[in-house]
Amino acid sequence: MTAPPVAGTGPRALAWQRRRRSAVRFWARYRTHRAGLVGLAALGLFALVALTAPLTVGSDVSSVTDAPGQPLESPSAQFPLGTDQFGRNLLGLVVWGARVSLLVGLLAAVLSVAIGAVVGITAGHFRGAYGTVLMRVTDWFLVMPTLVLAIALATVMSRSLGTVILAIGVTTWPTTARLVRAQTLAVESRPYIERARALGGGHWHVMSRHVLPNVMPLVLAQTTLMVSSSILAEATLAFLGLGDPTVVSWGGLLQDAREAGAVSAGDWWYLVPPGIAIAVVALAFTLCGRAVESVLNPRLGVAG
Amino acid sequence: MTLLEVRNLEVTYPGGVAAVRGVDLSLTAGQKVGVAGESGSGKSTLALALLRLLPPGTRVSGEILLNGEDVLTMRWGRVRAVRWAGASIVFQGAMHSLNPVHRIGDQIAEPVLLHQGATAAQARRRAGELLEQAGLPAARASAYPHELSGGQRQRVMIAMALACDPQLIIADEPTTALDVMIQAQILGLIQGLVTDQDVGLIMISHDLAVLADSCDRLVIMYAGRVIEEGPAQQVYENALHPYGQALSASFPHIGDPASRFAPRGLAGDPPDPSALPSGCAFHPRCAEALEGCATEDQFLREAGRGRRAACVHVPVGVVGVAARDSSVPEQAADVTELAVGTGPAVEVAQSAGPGGSSGPGGRDEQGRPGGSAGPVERVGSARHAGPTDPARSAGPTGPAEATGPAEPAERATPAGPAEPAERATPAGPAEPAEPAGRATPAGPAGPAGPAGPVEGMTTGRAAGRAEGSDSGTAAARAESPGHPGTGHPSPSPGPGPGPGPENTPDPAAPPHDTRSPS
Amino acid sequence: MTTPTAPLLSAQGLHVAFPGRRGGAPARAVDGVDLDIRPGEVVALVGESGCGKTTLARSLLGLVPPTGGRVTFDGKPLQYSSRALKAYRRRVQLVLQDPSGSLNPRHTVYDAVAEGLRIHGGVSDEQAVVARALSRAGLRPPERFFLRYPHELSGGQRQRVVIAGALVLEPELLVADEPVASLDASVRGEILALLLRLRTELGLAALVVTHDLGLAWNIADRVAVMYLGRIVETGDAERVLTAPQHPYTQALLSVLPEAPGDPVVLSGEPPDPSRIPSGCRFRVRCQILASGEAERAGVAHRCRTEDLEVLGGGGEAQVACHWARVPDPAV
Repeated sequence: MTAPPVAGTGPRALAWQRRRRSAVRFWARYRTHRAGLVGLAALGLFALVALTAPLTVGSDVSSVTDAPGQPLESPSAQFPLGTDQFGRNLLGLVVWGARVSLLVGLLAAVLSVAIGAVVGITAGHFRGAYGTVLMRVTDWFLVMPTLVLAIALATVMSRSLGTVILAIGVTTWPTTARLVRAQTLAVESRPYIERARALGGGHWHVMSRHVLPNVMPLVLAQTTLMVSSSILAEATLAFLGLGDPTVVSWGGLLQDAREAGAVSAGDWWYLVPPGIAIAVVALAFTLCGRAVESVLNPRLGVAG
Repeated sequence: MTLLEVRNLEVTYPGGVAAVRGVDLSLTAGQKVGVAGESGSGKSTLALALLRLLPPGTRVSGEILLNGEDVLTMRWGRVRAVRWAGASIVFQGAMHSLNPVHRIGDQIAEPVLLHQGATAAQARRRAGELLEQAGLPAARASAYPHELSGGQRQRVMIAMALACDPQLIIADEPTTALDVMIQAQILGLIQGLVTDQDVGLIMISHDLAVLADSCDRLVIMYAGRVIEEGPAQQVYENALHPYGQALSASFPHIGDPASRFAPRGLAGDPPDPSALPSGCAFHPRCAEALEGCATEDQFLREAGRGRRAACVHVPVGVVGVAARDSSVPEQAADVTELAVGTGPAVEVAQSAGPGGSSGPGGRDEQGRPGGSAGPVERVGSARHAGPTDPARSAGPTGPAEATGPAEPAERATPAGPAEPAERATPAGPAEPAEPAGRATPAGPAGPAGPAGPVEGMTTGRAAGRAEGSDSGTAAARAESPGHPGTGHPSPSPGPGPGPGPENTPDPAAPPHDTRSPS
Repeated sequence: MTTPTAPLLSAQGLHVAFPGRRGGAPARAVDGVDLDIRPGEVVALVGESGCGKTTLARSLLGLVPPTGGRVTFDGKPLQYSSRALKAYRRRVQLVLQDPSGSLNPRHTVYDAVAEGLRIHGGVSDEQAVVARALSRAGLRPPERFFLRYPHELSGGQRQRVVIAGALVLEPELLVADEPVASLDASVRGEILALLLRLRTELGLAALVVTHDLGLAWNIADRVAVMYLGRIVETGDAERVLTAPQHPYTQALLSVLPEAPGDPVVLSGEPPDPSRIPSGCRFRVRCQILASGEAERAGVAHRCRTEDLEVLGGGGEAQVACHWARVPDPAV
């Protein structure tokens, strides 16, 4: 009865084969969401621009000292988006700013969702005192105004990108934690959890092998959605002057524009491009997030 | 009078899944029909289709005549009226069908208020009465669904179904998920209500044993088709279709040494309704499949006394009549056996039934002319479901048939005029009159055992029963009680095409022993 | 099957109570049970829902800690430390009622079957072991099923996967909670036949929890009938099912569709396990007591006042009923 292992099908190969299949299936389903495709294309474009920025615009674009143009020039052939109050090329700044905005947005979202997932899964798995305390803490964070908390954090800590990421990450996780906990509770009531326990599986086994894969789709979708709000939060913090002053970001550009009086002077080219960039990226992430969510809808129990 | 008549019903879901593929069914007031089948057999879809409860986009064709009115073509307003007053449905999973935030009394009273224009007080009183009818104290009307146990909730569902005095009750798995004791209570309740109020009942379940015990007629569905139907006990104890046989074998008889340490089932899985096998949908799981089964679809054919089955092994055009379909030689074997087993009694009865009568006896002619004793007699109307119809009547090969006139007569009686109607259904109207004459002697084939005795007993019983009720129902009843004894006419084609006279019940034996091994 | 071999798994005076809601009396789901399962023996635990049979099965597996009494396995009392439980669960496996629910929809068949191996570790040739378990469970060729997901399988196949997942650890005892209740009738027989075959081939003992007496007849050597937290009748399957002594068993058998004689339909439902009646726990629904039969036999008073002792867990036929114990009861 012993089936001789077919050549090339060790457990590892099987696992790969399985992953490849589910990736293919995921893509096949994702493709049917047109909005998701549009969002993905937009993201791809931004990512490409951000990654190739060192080649196209170079890091000295943000240098105030050797700014190529006059302050606040309106758009022209040389400076398609005009210049800022130091005469720097605004197109270059927006492109360069994408790097920081995307980086902060992604890292902050990952941090936030990671905290939320850990809190949610453990609170759902270990009920009783531990879970109760954890959820009270979550509720406390949930009712705190996120922005105020982030501002407070950003103020007391040193001004750096890390601070911004941390401030955003530790203030936005409670929603994720709630969602993940609810999903965890649903998964934990399934008979296969009991089967896993009867097979001898401990807490770690149950959480990592059963709960996590089942909350993963939710977590993924939540991450993509969270990225857009993190980018907005970063922009807000930067706009309020709480960002890292040494780097260029979209929020920082908006703040510079405000300080330079672009709003009252009607220098629209200074304000609009970073604003549109923020809106487009946030929208693109949201579109992708929705598409991912519907593809991986845990209730449909497919892919993974 | 026929309460419900379904003709060639086909239901296709929006995804292209043909859940019901041509079902005929009929039911008279006071009659209980059981529909058995596995998940995916289309039995629940059938229930939903009867009241047009299917999701939008579903294609439904055929006719569903409720009191002569076609449910499929009536206007929505009328459908809504029919759903309460004409027919109502008791679903499985009572918890999900009750609204958790309303008191059960209000939920029961709701249709009374809506459809009968009663005042609030009248409706409340009516709700109390209905609860009592369903075996719950009227005071429970103020309870919420979660305060009731599963059995009590099912009783509430039944009370709701009765709210507007329907003529037809469709019970979809009414006792699934209930314990045996509660199940017995609920089944008893349903039976009592059907008898008292003379409503028709269609009970859908996967549990053949329960259906056999509580229904008059049994319909077995497989892959969207009816593959066997007939008097409940006969079908359960002596199924003709291999699937029916496997299904009934999978319900063990406690005390029967044959099933001790020998659970029986059927290899393979129920077919996927979206990818049905070609030919006979059952052939991949069938132990007796012939080569042709993979390509040639099988339709219901008459198999004796109000029974029909859709299997190659059931000779076509049976009928004590001449009809024989020579294209199916394999059958000859079974035929013989059939002939043997069935005494004349059977035959007769059959003939009484509408056209359907297929006397097994007749069968053997086919292959074995030698066997036939008498001249073949043809029942006036044999109707065959099978496509081959015409062919059949043509070829009486060996006429078999002696008739014992005497018998028929009595047999016929029970049936009474009413009978034909229901029996006939599938086939269409049959001629009632005919029957009288036909008896078919068993084929010579066999050691046909003493035919005589059989009938004695059968008749006795049948007649007795029949007497009581004169309605169309009578017929049905007459039949079912007869069970084992009477029943036995049905030839159980043993597994395997081999001829096997062994199987035949010994006619002489008292009714209860007769169950033939299958 | 009444060989005097030492029991493999044994429950002694087992009690499991759940705290009552809002300060109510605790629900005594299992209220004193002795039960032995010997190697290679198939025992059916029969009862209505709510009688505590599922709780009993779970406490035998250590999934629910008992509030009294003890469980011994292979002569040694069960320890509830996580390490001891893990070792125990290598030898005793659970098969649940609903195969669709007991497989993680995101795990392939291979992962589901290999799960136990991965938990316990120490297997060099995982794939061969998984393949062997699958083919033992009747899924052949096993390679074809490795990468399938549960939703691509039929109900019967899923239950086979669950059984394969249990077999992979080569257990000595299988606890099956309503193993076929959610399967189609025609598929049930195949799964039951599989359990029987495993018993023959591997000497696997099994405790089958069910409400279906026909199933017990099909596969069990011994039957224990449970009512309201306690076993009320036990003995060889033939004996209990064909010549039941306890009125409750008699009633259960009489309502089966093809049972001879008139069905004895008990009214009402079993009482709440937090309010077990005094005296015989079955007395409020007992048809014998209600019909005056017990009175005639002179035991009615005892039925009302005197609780019966816990039946022994061995193989001998026993019944917890005052009336049935009267010599030559009410002929």
